[in-house]
Amino acid sequence: MKFTWFNLMPWPHLPENFRETHRSVWVDISSKLYDPAEGNRVYHEYMDQLEYADSLGFDGIGVNEHHQNAYGLMPSPNIIAAGLARRTSRAAIAVIGNSIALYNPPIRVAEEFAMLDVISGGRLVAGFPVGTPMDTNFCYGQIPALTRDKYYEAHELIMKAWREPEPFAFDGKYNQLRYVNCWPRPIQKPHPPIYIPGGGSIETWDFCVENDYNYSYLSYAGYKAGKALLDGYWERVAALGKDESPYRAAFAQVVCVADTDADAEKLYAEHVLYFYNRCLHVYLGFADPPGYRTIKTIQSGKLNQFRAENQRLFTSLTWKELVDGGYVIAGSPETVRERMEHMIKSLRLGSLFLLFQIGNMPNDKVKHSTKLFAERVMPQLRDLWPEWKNDDRFWCKPLETRVRPEETFAARNGR
Amino acid sequence: MQERQIETRRGLKCRVLEAGQGAPLVFFHGAGGLFKEEPLLERLAAHCRVYAPEWPGYGVEGGEEKLEDMLDFALHGWDVVDALGLDESVRLAGHSMGGMIAAEMACIANRSLEKLALVAPAGLWLDAHPIPDMFSMLPFELVGALFAEPKNGEKFLTGGIDFSNPQALQNFLVTNARRLGTAGKILFPIPNRRLSKRLYRLVAPTLIVWGSADKLIPLPYAERWQKLVPHAQLSVIDGGAHMVPYEQPEPVAAELVRFLG
Repeated sequence: MKFTWFNLMPWPHLPENFRETHRSVWVDISSKLYDPAEGNRVYHEYMDQLEYADSLGFDGIGVNEHHQNAYGLMPSPNIIAAGLARRTSRAAIAVIGNSIALYNPPIRVAEEFAMLDVISGGRLVAGFPVGTPMDTNFCYGQIPALTRDKYYEAHELIMKAWREPEPFAFDGKYNQLRYVNCWPRPIQKPHPPIYIPGGGSIETWDFCVENDYNYSYLSYAGYKAGKALLDGYWERVAALGKDESPYRAAFAQVVCVADTDADAEKLYAEHVLYFYNRCLHVYLGFADPPGYRTIKTIQSGKLNQFRAENQRLFTSLTWKELVDGGYVIAGSPETVRERMEHMIKSLRLGSLFLLFQIGNMPNDKVKHSTKLFAERVMPQLRDLWPEWKNDDRFWCKPLETRVRPEETFAARNGR
Repeated sequence: MQERQIETRRGLKCRVLEAGQGAPLVFFHGAGGLFKEEPLLERLAAHCRVYAPEWPGYGVEGGEEKLEDMLDFALHGWDVVDALGLDESVRLAGHSMGGMIAAEMACIANRSLEKLALVAPAGLWLDAHPIPDMFSMLPFELVGALFAEPKNGEKFLTGGIDFSNPQALQNFLVTNARRLGTAGKILFPIPNRRLSKRLYRLVAPTLIVWGSADKLIPLPYAERWQKLVPHAQLSVIDGGAHMVPYEQPEPVAAELVRFLG
């Protein structure tokens, strides 16, 4: 199993009556709610937590890209990743990812990811999301019906830029470049492992399977709701004649560990509710602009039903509903281990993005939950897929002899 | 109205409504598509031969993936005129998105046009009067932005669909995604594809009709059109909303008939 400690970097000061006074946490949220001086504290706290996770032995530390979003304060995850690459030297740096259709030209992603891979000594896990409608269409103005086409072209350009050793011309529909020549080059050959975060578009499944990319289902609805979609994915894996390595699939899950089940509720409930009831308050009109989803995906029907249910539930969830519904895995180390083992096996997951920092959870609680997980849960779940333990296709391959900045700095400066 | 299917030289098939006798008029529908009732077209058909082609993405035939940008739409418009066999100098009209495309067609091939009539055309942008974002509107919000009388909105937009029937709902979602997905290629996120810099080429006699109470593309846009096309006549329909051809077909038809002769 690969465990990635993931931080969305939410703004922790949304008012209690946020739902009533604002129509959306995303796209057109008032920037008056943001305080840059407090932001200084918040960014460093969140980056400290990612570094703490590295020190506790998590396989990866993860960041992602959102725009104009009060629960995701990383318009440029690469900036955070660069800081992490300098301050850690062990865990994979999982950037899940860069919305490649939004970069003009997308060669910028090939370059920045190559920089991150080189600085980190080959620890980059590279995510290429199509991007949510909120980020891609409403914040960044991409035409919904052309977004996917532009995404595929950006993907082709980036992969070719990493593969081709000599400069080449690229005559695309959205990008025309006379001299494509990626400098620097990534350490990992032929390229860093590619993760495709998806929200349930069925075209994305075939794209992942055909290219041997990891499909990461990132929702906040938990493993019970995620099962139907992962089942659909595994059906496509089988139908396309590929092996069933669990490392083909990743899943995001909110996890809260305490000494006892009762303590979990006492410590974490208010912060989890802050996330579900305030941070996920997205105006419905931003969720699905016509043309963003393909007709095939709409016709599959799974998504509509799922989304309608999300909207209904997110309005007033209680802690009990969140835990019983599997949105959140919370409790004592034993409770969490048992639920996670069930999740990992039933969804067939090799890779997990775990959200310990959630909503407005303060630093001490985040570290408490993280530490209990690292010491008392993670070791028990490590070897759930012994028959696939040698499958290294879906994870980074760092250099054995790489620079370890914290050591070299001390040596060079006599500290 | 009668219905037939045509095929353009590019191989795109589309449905055309047609009715009436006399000089031909090609009318391009807006982003909402052709509705079950087309009261303006029916009235115009009493005075001329009306052709109302359906844009790709709006009917049962596919092919909308071939239209990617404004030039594709405008050239498809002329392909349709060709496929209809209208070889004499043609008269074009359009509502909203259809008006935007008709104006673009007129700028591209300004010698092929006898007259142009635009009803609340899209295609311009004024910072002082931002057009509401219809791509993020929920159905009830859309009705309010488009119609003077909400009851009319429900009648035209949903055609009395029973949304508690899952299959009907899914069909509606698919239809809506195809139609507005196609429209988004020239309207999203800002319905401005630089038509304004080409409007100097519009030399044909032009009529612009606008509802005085249009909440989607408000009246200042009519003034902007008139500034860019100085020879255009402007008719303002009192109390008309953006869907004025559907809510007030009588006065709109009267203005068009007077202009077209």
